[in-house]
Amino acid sequence: MDLLAHLPALQVVVPMLSAPLVVLLQPKGLAWAGATAAALVSFAIALTLALAVLDGQTLDYAMGGWPAPFGIALSVDAFSALVLLVVTGAGAAALLAAKPSIDQQIEAERQPLFYSAWLLALSGLVGIVVSADAFNIFVFMEISSLASYILIAGGPDRRALPAVFKYLIMGTIGATFYLIGVGLIYMMTGTLNLADMEARIGDVTDLNPVLVAAGFITMGLALKAAVFPLHVWVPNAYTHAPHMVTVFLAACATKVSLYVLIRFDYMVLQTNLESHEVQFALFMMPLAILGILVASAVAMFEGHLKRLLASSSIAQIGYILLGASFVSIAGLSASGVHLFNHALAKGGLFLAVACLAYQYRDLRLDQLGGAGARMPWTCAALVVCGLSLIGVPGTAGFISKWLLINAALESGPWGWGLVAIILISSLMAVVYIWRIVEAVYFKAPVETDAPISEAPIQLLFITGLVALLNIYFGLFPQIPLELANSAAALLMEGAQ
Amino acid sequence: MKLLELLGYFNYWVFAIILTVGLYAVISKTNLIKKLIGLSIFQSAVFLMYITMDKVEGGTAPIIQAGVENQIFSNPLPQVLILTAIVVGVSTLALGLAMVVRISECYGTIEENEILDAD
Repeated sequence: MDLLAHLPALQVVVPMLSAPLVVLLQPKGLAWAGATAAALVSFAIALTLALAVLDGQTLDYAMGGWPAPFGIALSVDAFSALVLLVVTGAGAAALLAAKPSIDQQIEAERQPLFYSAWLLALSGLVGIVVSADAFNIFVFMEISSLASYILIAGGPDRRALPAVFKYLIMGTIGATFYLIGVGLIYMMTGTLNLADMEARIGDVTDLNPVLVAAGFITMGLALKAAVFPLHVWVPNAYTHAPHMVTVFLAACATKVSLYVLIRFDYMVLQTNLESHEVQFALFMMPLAILGILVASAVAMFEGHLKRLLASSSIAQIGYILLGASFVSIAGLSASGVHLFNHALAKGGLFLAVACLAYQYRDLRLDQLGGAGARMPWTCAALVVCGLSLIGVPGTAGFISKWLLINAALESGPWGWGLVAIILISSLMAVVYIWRIVEAVYFKAPVETDAPISEAPIQLLFITGLVALLNIYFGLFPQIPLELANSAAALLMEGAQ
Repeated sequence: MKLLELLGYFNYWVFAIILTVGLYAVISKTNLIKKLIGLSIFQSAVFLMYITMDKVEGGTAPIIQAGVENQIFSNPLPQVLILTAIVVGVSTLALGLAMVVRISECYGTIEENEILDAD
């Protein structure tokens, strides 16, 4: 039996079928163990898939044996493998570390349901990535969104509820816009399969509905991906969610929507709409630049640790979008690598925040005094991931910023201006990361009732591991780089 | 002729109008239940669009019968798709209402501005 051929389907099926089973694991700790095992299997599958497509080939899978375009097709290429690694890696690492933090934040009897929602969110996200069918992507998008609303609202903080409500409204509007776009394209082409769509739009005589569809799809997905200025749901949702949920969602949720946006735009629309690549660049580049500058500036003046990092996430989405808006191989591969590296850096930062939150009730920067001496390992990990976020040489963040700057210089006469913007925003990152460092190392220790010591070893170990990975991928970036390069080549091949 | 052409797109006009009405309700209302009603109207518009596009003039349900040949069928695929989308819409609405119940329990109000003032 050739298991490899079935891996694209198993990637979705394993977490999805584990989700209802986890609900049955009522005894203490078993639900966590079951969910973690499922997430690890799913990560192993993603790793195998990534190695299989490293040389640029595509694994296709026809669900139920119905060949595309009649059946629902799954397909995994280098780009999807890269995003799969990020999603399953974030899901598995966050779950491995999650137990102490979740035990603290969520009552024992609700935990099986919570872990089940976690697996559903994971299966929805990987489902979006492996799917090659436009409507299937919508369904998986809604599965992952509904599950992540539950995850965010699951914590003890009541402010999460209005935040989730806002996220639900905006997320549903985004998904519905995407659905309208898909409907319009289906109306003109009679197909939902992405590859088939691309081939058939060429035969369409009246391209106006396709143009409208392009607008709806781009806006809808930009809303879900928290592209500036459609990001207003992000800061509150990330800040008030349970800490481990923030780790998981901040590392991968918005990036998956960005993945669909880039894939749809490059694979389906650019080949068929006249001068679409120019419109895409002219529309997305200003949004990306504004997002980078405004969100970084907001982060510089933010007083709450989680909200500061959430603002920085919006700026990082801007970097990924900026790379994509160059419409070049260099730009796309910079985007791909940054997608991977930012997940590492921000995942690590939020893991360290979860360690801090285990001991400190209040995460405002002026309440964190003395953490550097009381929790030395946590704060060391915080600094390493912070450096990676800034893009200091020797960390993962440096690789993607370097690639992005190279791509900007190649992109045309305005390249120097873009380089200046990237450098300015990196300096802004230095400022806001420094504010965190200052708060934990140089502020007078705050008075607490009980003595504060390090976070539990399980949480701390994973945090340290992710911090080390930030250094490892800064020194040996081959794997994400190769995947991103093949992905960029595939996307540009589609666009020409 | 021009007028007839416009009337020919009657369903799509209704789609656009319902879509805008729903979106307007979502944006302008501060009551969370009213926002969800707006969201529901907004999603219903899309159902109408999908149902309209599958209609073939003179078409009937796509069932193969013995002895009947050259029958025109309506396209069944958009109906199946929109059935899925309706289920998605219902679950979103249910989850949204559950959130409103919890907001009402925690804050004692479902007016957006009062919730913002409470924190």
